[in-house]
Formats: sequence, structure tokens, C-alpha cells
Amino acid sequence: MGQPDEVAARAVATADLPVAAPPPSEHLREGPDGARPSGRSAARRALAVRLGLMAVPVTFFALFFGYPVATIVGRGLREDGRWQFGRAAEVLTSPDTLDVLWFTVWQAAASTALTLLVALPGAYALARFDFPGKRLLRAVVTVPFVLPTVVVGSAFLALVGRGGVLDEAWGLRLDTSVWAILLAHVFFNYAVVVRTVGGLWSQLDPRQEEAARVLGAGRFTAWRRITLPALVPAVAAAALMVFLFTFTSFGVIQVLGGARYATLEVEIYRQTAQFLDLPTAAVLSLLQLAAVAAMLAVHAWTVRRRESALRLVAAEHAARRPRGVGQWAFLWSQLLIVAVLLVLPLAVLVERSLSAPGGYGLAFYRALAEQADASSAFVVPPLEAVGNSLAYAAVATLIAVAVGTLAAAALTRRAGPLVRGFDALLMLPLGVSAVTVGFGFLITLDEPPLDLRSSWILVPLAQALVGVPFVVRTMLPVLRAVDERLREAAAVLGASPWRAWREVDLPLVSRAGLIAAGFAFAVSLGEFGATVFIARPDSPTLPVAVARLLGRAGEYNYGMAMALSTILMLVCAGVLLLLERVRVNRSGEF
Amino acid sequence: MKRTTATAVSVVLGSCLLAACGTDGGGGSDGGGSVTLVTHQSFEVSKDVLDAFTEKSGVKVRVLRADDAGAAVNQAILSKGNPQGDVFFGVDNALLSKALDAGIFTPHKAEGLSEIPRQLQLDAEKNRVTPIDHGDVCVNYDRAYFERKKLAPPKTLDDLVKPEYKDMLVVQNAATSSPGLAFLLASVGAYGEDGWQDYWKKLKANGVAMVDGWEQAYNDRFTGSASGRAKGDRPLVVSYASSPPAEVHYGEDKKPAKAPTGVSTGTCFRQIEFAGLLEGAKNPEGGKALLDFLAGEEFQKDLPLNMWVHPARADVELPEVFTRYGAEIEKPHAVAPEDIEANREQWVKQWASLMR
Repeated sequence: MGQPDEVAARAVATADLPVAAPPPSEHLREGPDGARPSGRSAARRALAVRLGLMAVPVTFFALFFGYPVATIVGRGLREDGRWQFGRAAEVLTSPDTLDVLWFTVWQAAASTALTLLVALPGAYALARFDFPGKRLLRAVVTVPFVLPTVVVGSAFLALVGRGGVLDEAWGLRLDTSVWAILLAHVFFNYAVVVRTVGGLWSQLDPRQEEAARVLGAGRFTAWRRITLPALVPAVAAAALMVFLFTFTSFGVIQVLGGARYATLEVEIYRQTAQFLDLPTAAVLSLLQLAAVAAMLAVHAWTVRRRESALRLVAAEHAARRPRGVGQWAFLWSQLLIVAVLLVLPLAVLVERSLSAPGGYGLAFYRALAEQADASSAFVVPPLEAVGNSLAYAAVATLIAVAVGTLAAAALTRRAGPLVRGFDALLMLPLGVSAVTVGFGFLITLDEPPLDLRSSWILVPLAQALVGVPFVVRTMLPVLRAVDERLREAAAVLGASPWRAWREVDLPLVSRAGLIAAGFAFAVSLGEFGATVFIARPDSPTLPVAVARLLGRAGEYNYGMAMALSTILMLVCAGVLLLLERVRVNRSGEF
Repeated sequence: MKRTTATAVSVVLGSCLLAACGTDGGGGSDGGGSVTLVTHQSFEVSKDVLDAFTEKSGVKVRVLRADDAGAAVNQAILSKGNPQGDVFFGVDNALLSKALDAGIFTPHKAEGLSEIPRQLQLDAEKNRVTPIDHGDVCVNYDRAYFERKKLAPPKTLDDLVKPEYKDMLVVQNAATSSPGLAFLLASVGAYGEDGWQDYWKKLKANGVAMVDGWEQAYNDRFTGSASGRAKGDRPLVVSYASSPPAEVHYGEDKKPAKAPTGVSTGTCFRQIEFAGLLEGAKNPEGGKALLDFLAGEEFQKDLPLNMWVHPARADVELPEVFTRYGAEIEKPHAVAPEDIEANREQWVKQWASLMR
């Protein structure tokens, strides 16, 4: 039964399609290099171009990541002018540290597996099917990313905790178990998978799979032999990002885990921000870094060899309306998952923002508007907060896309250890504790000309640190899938490298670029990472305003916090929808 | 074509921003016209009050807010000698010794100090810090709940371990939450260094619940808050003595007979917040003026309804909502700042392993 399937699929895979093209670098290496002096100078020029492209990202990361982190870790390890190796050994061998490390690793692995399990079918549905409201859905799944953890945690507890939906229906409570943490991680990271994998999936030419089917392969075999291999780099990239995010999980663990569970990130936060025990924090930071570096090494080793050129088409050509009962049922099942897991908690927030004293209404929204006029400086005018948030996020996105695109362009062609090291380096900001970065800023960016501690730019810079890895991870699989022969053809026809990039790479990668930009924007709007640990000048953003309101007693404070959270959701969804629209308008350029 | 232009523009803009940040970044406190106040997220002041200060002194105030008080103090210690600003506000008695030992403050005897009661002046000889406000962390109770159950609400720490209050209290994580730590310190103050762990064992046996922060405790679990009324399960919560007035002030009914929540007056720990001139301030004169302003009548009057704490000055009247619905705490539990500094980390660790 399986045999003809396999044969058919292999027939497609080995047919003269780009899928089967040998990896470009080897392709080039086959040529008799020494025989052509011009080839050598071209190679030298290519190296120069690559180094030039890398200059900006390298400077960015060295200045705003490497230097601050190295300085604060160094200060911890060398307290009082002596190396604290005894202290380091003590921390490393303490059973508490091992407990924390074990929990950090396993919950990250479990969260990643669970997220992939839930989100991959969703990515497929969004990539391959055309249905009304698809764009809205794609924006909605990204909304969790921008919401403050305190707000989301509270909504989550309302659903899975005591007195929640599950509790009332089946007496099932998850707030006391680790399941609440895992589910919250799926909630936050669903969009990572849908966006990273979906970006490539929606551009894979469906005709290859169809050809395999025509030749007799079963649906599953065709998928396994044709689509899956093509998707591996993107899936691995998504898995890596989800893993890094959950590995360094902070807010979710604190809000839903109480004091029972702690990740390395939580422990580093406590040692740094609460106790200022820099030696312990430094050792834990290095431990976290080592774990992340090992993870990145495994990732690089397993993925690199599987990347190959793919035939990419416009997403609009790949998606079609579902056909038959099976496909509709599948689509509906995915929509149901999204509704229960993602939309329901969001709906709880909206419901709370509307449940004013004495029945549903807009009282809290009105209060926001009214209090803004009052002389009390406490309530931030909502429009001002929206403006601040948008401005910060726009600047951060700009930085992230600029730096990320340059990095991705430099990394497109696989080559020596230099490039590979650079590739891994770009992911590190997701794996290093935010409090380490934030406190590092404090003691490094403190001298002119780089005294940025009281400057507004520090906030978008910190946000961009988290955004760049997204941009690179989303664009790189697509860039590497671009058939090298297209670029060669452009060069043969006389195009300069810049022109070839503009005409060949850019049109194919711009879609992924917009997806990446949307994500960088959402990450910035939600103020991930080090921004929490930076003392900020007085231009409160939406998340900051929500946090301030939530920190006070009183019905109206809580209600206004919920109303502002709802506004934050709408702003995020609105901007993402706008980006989706940009994409559609330009699809004709494919 | 259009897209190429857009890409080019964004690359250029991005690099401009990177380049520009070097030049406009240093404008923190370049003497003369502006002074920078470093503080935590809860700092608030009315705009007109701050404007009046600027008008009178000619000094413009920039406010830099760090996350919470603990992180803010540690950041100030870390940047000692090259501070982020000129004045720091928000170091409390639990963190005072740490900040003073680190030597981050320069003495300044603020105008109006004579109006501040002696017992708040914990650095009276050297005046490195000036007390600005105080507030009490106390157990709050849901008035309706206890009326419904015809049960007298608890008054003291001892009451909380009695069987009639089983499974009623929710507290915060002392390792990460400021009221959580204050409540732990209240128990240390009441039962001594040797007795507090026994007290917490009894609390645990009596079903105390623990959550991470004040927000989860008060908004999600406490049945006395508007949001907790539907889903909350705990009629007792560690909060502030000023929470009942805040419930009224930010509630629908502005003139109820009684606040919806009450304060267990024998469960309190007093937090005193101080401000000081930072060592190495770029604008020390402006900083001193700002300190005088913080201890001055106008700011002190403005304090209660913005930060929900009591002014340090004795000659300032409290707003009506405080006097009507608030509780006067006569004898809060206390621990000396030096003792807190010497033992805080160890106490928190012991507490955490007790609560596990």
C-alpha cells in the first residue's frame, strides 16, 4: 500500500524541480574555482559585501546587547576586585539551582511541543485555505502578544481557575497545576508558529504536492515527502523561538505559578532586582546562556543541512476555498481551537471592561475620557497613551526591520563558521534574561556620547532587541529558499548585486518581511523584554498605564485598566490588519 | 519600485535614529534649568502643583520611573557616583539601610523638616534622606461578607490563625511583592526573630493562600473588590490602610455610610518613604530645591489622593475621604531598618521554604 505512494512522491521530489536542486553553495563549489581568476575576485567582492551588510547588525548587537550583558555579568563575577569562583561553584551545585534549571528546561520543552501540536494545523489552515475573515483571524491570534501578562493571567484564571468555565462545567481547576502555565504559553506563542511557519507554507507551490498525488501518492505520504521537508527549517525556527520564549518565561510563571514554580529568568530577576546579589545573578545568567547556546547549536546542526531552494509562489495562488466535508470540518476544528484558546480569554477582558456598575455599559471608557481632563495627573489620557505606544513601537519596528533585513541578507548564503556564529548570535537576545539586559544598560550606556539612560530611545532600542530575531527568523527561511540560479541568471544578464537582490530576493521576501514587521510591532507594543527594567521618562504607554491603574484599589481603576487593555488589543489588531492589507495590494508584483 | 524606496527610506531612518540617539540622549540634567527625579511606578503628582514649582523656582522637573521600589533602589545603588538623575524618591524603611550603607545620598536638611514628626525621621542626625510620606500595610476585610456571616472581622495577627477565619486570607509573595514583604515584617515585628516562623506555620495550617502580587490578591481573589466580588474566594487580603478610602473614591457611590471594606488595625506594618539628593547629581542646587518642594506644604497636600499615602508633615490636613473612611493605625508593628537589612534575604528564603 505504502510503496507506490513512496515511489510517486520520490518521483516528484527528484523531478527537475527546484526542490531537488543541490544546495547552492555546493553547486557553486563544483565549478573549477582556480581556473577562473575573475571567480576569485567575485568571491572576494561577495565577502566584502557580506561583511558590509553585517556591520550594522554587528554594531547594534555589540553596543546594545553584548557590551551591557558582558559588563553586568563581569561585575558580578568579579565583585570586590576578585573573581568569585567559589561563589559560582556554590550557586551551580546548590540543589535549588538544579531544581530551577530542571523546571525551566522541561516546562519549555513541554510548552514548545504543545504549542507546535496545537498551532501547526492552524498554520496549515491559515496558509492553505481561503475563507472569509481570514485576515482578521490572523491579526487576532497575534493580539495576545501585546497584552500585559498580569491582565492575561487574570483572564486565564477566570476561565481555567476556580469558578471558571471548566470548574463550573466539570469541576476541573487548572490554576493549581502546571497546566495553567503550559496553556498560557500556548496562548502567547500560537502566533509565533502560525506566523513563522505560515509565512513559508503559504508560498510553497501546492502543485508539487498535487503532482505527487496524481502520480499515486496518498495524501499523507505526499505531505510527508514533499511539504514536510520543505517546512522543516521554518518549523524548527518557530520551535526555537517558542522554546526561547518559554525558557525565559517570566510574567506567566510569576502570575500563574505563584511561588511554587520558578524559571531561571524569575530567579535572575529576584537576585538582580530584589536582592542585588550580582554574583549569584551572574552565575545564573551564564547558566541560562550556556543552555541557550547549546540549544542554538543543536538547532543549527539539525536544520542547516535541510535547507534547500524551493519553488515559491504568491500566497494567493496557493490558498483556495476548502472543498468537501473533510476540509470544512478540519477548518472548523481549527477555528474552534482558536476561539476557545485565544478568543475566549480576550473576550473575558472585553466583557470586564464593559461590566460597569449597574449593568453593561461604557462607563469605564467614559471615565477614561473624563479623568483625562481633570487636574489629577494620575490617569493618562488614553489618546496620549495610544500615541506614545504607537510611536515607540513604530520606531522599534523600524530599527528591527532595518537591522534584521541587513542581517538576513548577509546570512542568505550559507558559508563558513563566521556566518554561522553570527546567525546564532542574533537569537541570543531571546535567550538572555531581560533584567540582565536592563540593568546592563544602566551601567554601560551611562557616559557621553552614549548616555542614553534618560533618553526615550532606550525603550525602542530594547524592544528592537527582541524584534530583530523575529525579522531574521521569518525572512531567512524564505531568502534561503530562493533559487540561487535566479540570482545567477540576474547576474549573467548584467544586474549588479544590489539590483539582483532588489529584483529577485526582495519581491519574494517582502511578504515574509511584512509578517516579520507585524510581529516586531506587536512585540514592541506589548513591551517585552528589558523595557520593564528601564527607568523611563514620563511618556506612559498603554501597558504602563494599565499597570498603574491595576496597582490601585477601586472599581473604576480596575474597570479603566480593562478598558485600556481592550483599547490596546484593538490598536494592535488594527495595525496588523493594515499590514495585511498592504500585503494584498502588492501581491500583483509576484 | 515603490517598495525599494520604502526599504531605503526605512534603512536610512533607522540609521538616523541610531545616530541621533547619541546626541539627544545626554539631556538628562544639564544643570540650571532642569532637574531629574528618579522614582518608582507609583509616584504621581498633580500637574498644576508641579507647574507651580517650576514657575517659582525656574527649575523644570523630569520624572524617570523605574518598575517597583525595590528595583529602583537597586538601580540607584548600581549607578552610584554617576546617577541617572538628581533626586531619588521612594526608598522605604525596608530598603533604607541598604541605600544608606551604599552611600548613594548626599545630606540636605530640607526646609519644613521641623514640621515632620521625629519618629518618621529615621536618619535624623545626618539628614541624608527626608521622610516624605507614610502608609500602613494591613489586612483588609470584606465588610459585606462578615455581616452576612454574622462574624466579627479579625482585628489582630493572632486572630488570623483562629479556626473561624480558616481559608479566608490571601497574601502576596514576600520575595517579589512590597506589601507581601511588609506583612512578613509585621509578623517579625510582632513575634520576634524566633517566633515568626511558628506564626506562619499556623497561618499555613489555617489555609492561607499565596499569590504573586497585590494585583492578583486584591483584584482576583479578594471578595471585597469590585472585580473579585463575582469570582473571588477570599474575604481577607493583605493590602493598605488606604484601600478602603480608595474603594470609595474610585467607586460608584461617593458618599456611602461605610466603605465596602475595612482594616484589621492590629495587623499593620508602617512603610515610610524617603527622598534624598543623589551623590554625584549634575544639578545639586535644583535637586535641593526639589527636595524642599517634596517636603513642602503644597506637594504634601497633593500627596494623599495621588499616591494614597499619608503626608509626612503633621501640619497638613488629610482629605475628607481619608478621615471619613480610613483607619488611624495607632501602633503598627515595626522592625528597625538595620535589622531588616541584616536579615531580609534570609527571612524571605526561610519564608519561601515554609510556604512551599
